[in-house]
Amino acid sequence: MSHATTAPHETHHDAHYPGGIMRWLTTTNHKDIGSMYLTFALIMFFVGGAMILAVRAELFQPGLQLMQPEFFNQLIGIHALVMIFAALMPAATGFANWQIPLMIGAPDMALPRINNWGFWLLPPAAILLTLPFLLAVFGIGDGALNTGWTMYAPLSVQGGIGVDFAIFSIHILGISSILGSINVIVTIFNLRAPGMTMMKLPIFCWGWLITAFLLIATIPVLAGAVTMLLTDRHFGTHFFNAAGGGDPILFQHLFWFFGHPEVYILLLPVWGLMPHVLATFSRKPMYGYKAQVYSFIAIGLLSVVVWAHHFFTAGLPVPALLYFMYSTMAISLPLAVLFFCWIATMWKGAMSFETPMLFAQGFIIMFGVAGLTGLVLADVAADAQYHHSYFVIAHFHYALFAGGIMGVMTGVYYWLPKWTGYMYDEKLGKLHFWLTVISFNLTFMPQFFLGLAGMPRRIPDYALQFTEFNAISTVGAMILGFSQLIFAWNIWKCARGHANGLAPAEGRAWEGATGLEWELSSPPPHHSWEVQPDLRQPGA
Amino acid sequence: MAQTHAAIETTHPSDHPPGTHYFVPQPSLYPFILSGGMFLLALGFILFMNKFAAGSWIMLAGTGVILTVVVRWFGRIIHESQTGSYREWEDKSFRYGMIWFILSEVAFFAAFFGALFYVRNISVPDLLTMLPRHDFTLYPEYKDLLWPASGGGPKGIAFTPMGAWGIPAINTALLLSSGATITWAHWALLKNNRTQLNLGLFLTIALGVVFLGFQGYEYYHAYTELGLTMGAGVYGATFFMLTGFHGFHVTLGTIMLMVIYGRCLKGHFTANRHFAFEGVAWYWHFVDVVWLGLFIMVYWL
Ligand code: HEM
Ligand SMILES: [Cu+2]
Repeated sequence: MSHATTAPHETHHDAHYPGGIMRWLTTTNHKDIGSMYLTFALIMFFVGGAMILAVRAELFQPGLQLMQPEFFNQLIGIHALVMIFAALMPAATGFANWQIPLMIGAPDMALPRINNWGFWLLPPAAILLTLPFLLAVFGIGDGALNTGWTMYAPLSVQGGIGVDFAIFSIHILGISSILGSINVIVTIFNLRAPGMTMMKLPIFCWGWLITAFLLIATIPVLAGAVTMLLTDRHFGTHFFNAAGGGDPILFQHLFWFFGHPEVYILLLPVWGLMPHVLATFSRKPMYGYKAQVYSFIAIGLLSVVVWAHHFFTAGLPVPALLYFMYSTMAISLPLAVLFFCWIATMWKGAMSFETPMLFAQGFIIMFGVAGLTGLVLADVAADAQYHHSYFVIAHFHYALFAGGIMGVMTGVYYWLPKWTGYMYDEKLGKLHFWLTVISFNLTFMPQFFLGLAGMPRRIPDYALQFTEFNAISTVGAMILGFSQLIFAWNIWKCARGHANGLAPAEGRAWEGATGLEWELSSPPPHHSWEVQPDLRQPGA
Repeated sequence: MAQTHAAIETTHPSDHPPGTHYFVPQPSLYPFILSGGMFLLALGFILFMNKFAAGSWIMLAGTGVILTVVVRWFGRIIHESQTGSYREWEDKSFRYGMIWFILSEVAFFAAFFGALFYVRNISVPDLLTMLPRHDFTLYPEYKDLLWPASGGGPKGIAFTPMGAWGIPAINTALLLSSGATITWAHWALLKNNRTQLNLGLFLTIALGVVFLGFQGYEYYHAYTELGLTMGAGVYGATFFMLTGFHGFHVTLGTIMLMVIYGRCLKGHFTANRHFAFEGVAWYWHFVDVVWLGLFIMVYWL
């Protein structure tokens, strides 16, 4: 990319950039911001992980060993909020920041300062979420949010100061998500290289685009819900109080109107990156681009009309139950299209199994388990049995850990050479994969059976017959948790690839990789596509 | 992309063909400080609600930080705009951004309208009749009560609902005319008629302020004479939440209009290039449409 300019935009003179910490506080560069998002996500992944390892330790045996139920309740709720809002979502936004401009031939994200703001809202929100733990140590308040991440009224209306902290944390996280989404949408609509029509848009960007639409449609509803919660708590309203004509179930409707699309918000970026990885390591073009794009759109639309499957047992009228059952099941159709496209992409390909491809395989198989158990839960009659049991916990961890987190790991290993300019340590990567996949199943597979046998979720103590499987699950969780240190170490090593004697990565770091991002050097120049590539057909 | 502005061309000695160079701003500390201000505001508010004395002071500090940064940040953007950093390409980004921001606001209001729909059609009727087919109710005295009177709920306090045809109808007229005056101002801008532009904006602001005045009076009336408070059952809750958030948005919109007015007086904007003006106008129309929804769903029906 040769580029010469004397324009008054001083952005070209690197000498003007502040160094040290100020670089990170003030940056308007999509790569810097992407790196901050990813680093933050990794840190919070360990924070949330530490919380849940404490929970698993408590559940190793029946009886209360390590903590009181009050504290147990705080840990599970904050664990979920941290993992969803402070680990998985920021990781996806980090991907968007790094990759979208590279993939569509843009100079940067469309609104760079807003981009920086979106990131810097996250640390305050994370502090608000966890501060009550600390305050309680000093005798202020009674600890963090203790209602579980779903914050159902009336429990949350009666809860302590931790609920207020969580409400405002969610507000700030929500603003951050909206800003990130606006940025993604504007960048994709306005900054594509000439000739890149929407149906030539890399599928990763499509996934993120639908995510961004969903965020803009649903995050404000969550904000509204927690605002009503706040006024019920402190300003005398009766939204969720039947004495004044309100209804606690209203909170569930509002929460899950956001909550169900949220699971697709977490996964669409991953579904977007998966075909790139599968195509690269199968050395074949991806199969069914259009079918996948239309499936994304269909899933996006369906996801906002199925929310009540999360509270089938709350006493909904039968016609509503039937509607929500069938619409929920309908989502598995476009989802199945995606699965077939992934498999067809690999079909008869010259496959090789580097770490990203291994993670992609693990993703497909275990995410399949999530989808199939979801269908079981979507059956109203069956759900009466499984609701609020460990079966649900297992279901959504197959979706969110094996689908979400392992999908993110796929992306990290796939793009790490592009970002750092060095090939990560393949041996460590494989070790990380096998430890993760085995210990993950060791942790969560027994939970299906616990749930089927009737063990309820969100309890610090349980009946004796559940002991063995809980012990297995705890052992699995410990291995799973500590294996992630390998992941962190591998990233760190790669980021300082030179000092660690790693091989430099080429521009096209993977033999079979196609797309604009691989035409830039690794790492890409400070301003990615200062001059946009022209993809128009000659003569057109 | 056709280049339309000689003025902009001169500030951009063009070694870039139009449409090939996108403006990426300098590193900036504003977003970081703004986030810090929001943290203080949130923390202060939490402490304030939980009766810690320090709360209101922290809120004050946070508000100060936020206001300072917002003023400076927008000042910076206006400066960039006036010195020709933005061309059609950047302009389009702002437009897309504003549209999606307004859509997120629509979703925010949808939550409260949804709550209103739910309590009117589901929770309140359920509480009043319980099992309609068995003609059984826990609260016989409520049985034939229609919304809004039933909106106090079974154990709610007594109140008089707000009628539609007094102040709310006047306010509807005010906001609708303000939608007309801002369009009138926009036409003027397109024709480069600065007097009409300034007059149109001034009228819009005046209508907005009068609207807010009426709403303030309405709240006062509700609290002092009608017994209609936030605690007056779900009717009071939805009434104040919806009209309150709307009023807050009118306030923001009015402030935005004032900024635009100030810029117009200084001679900013041209017939071709006036995103800020249009962005504010869109926002104002959005606030207007929400009001129509409120008038129909909250006051009238
Ligand atoms: C065809 C696909 C799916 C179906 C039919 C499905 C169905 C369901 C149903 C019916 C429930 C409620 C169970 C109960 O509480 O009794 C549920 C819970 C849940 N699902 Fe799924 N699901 C599917 C895919 C997914 C995916 C892809 C994700 C995440 C990315 C996901 C995440 C969750 C979560 C987080 C919960 C529980 C939340 C909570 O109560 O804390 N599901 N699912
Ligand atoms: Cu769901």
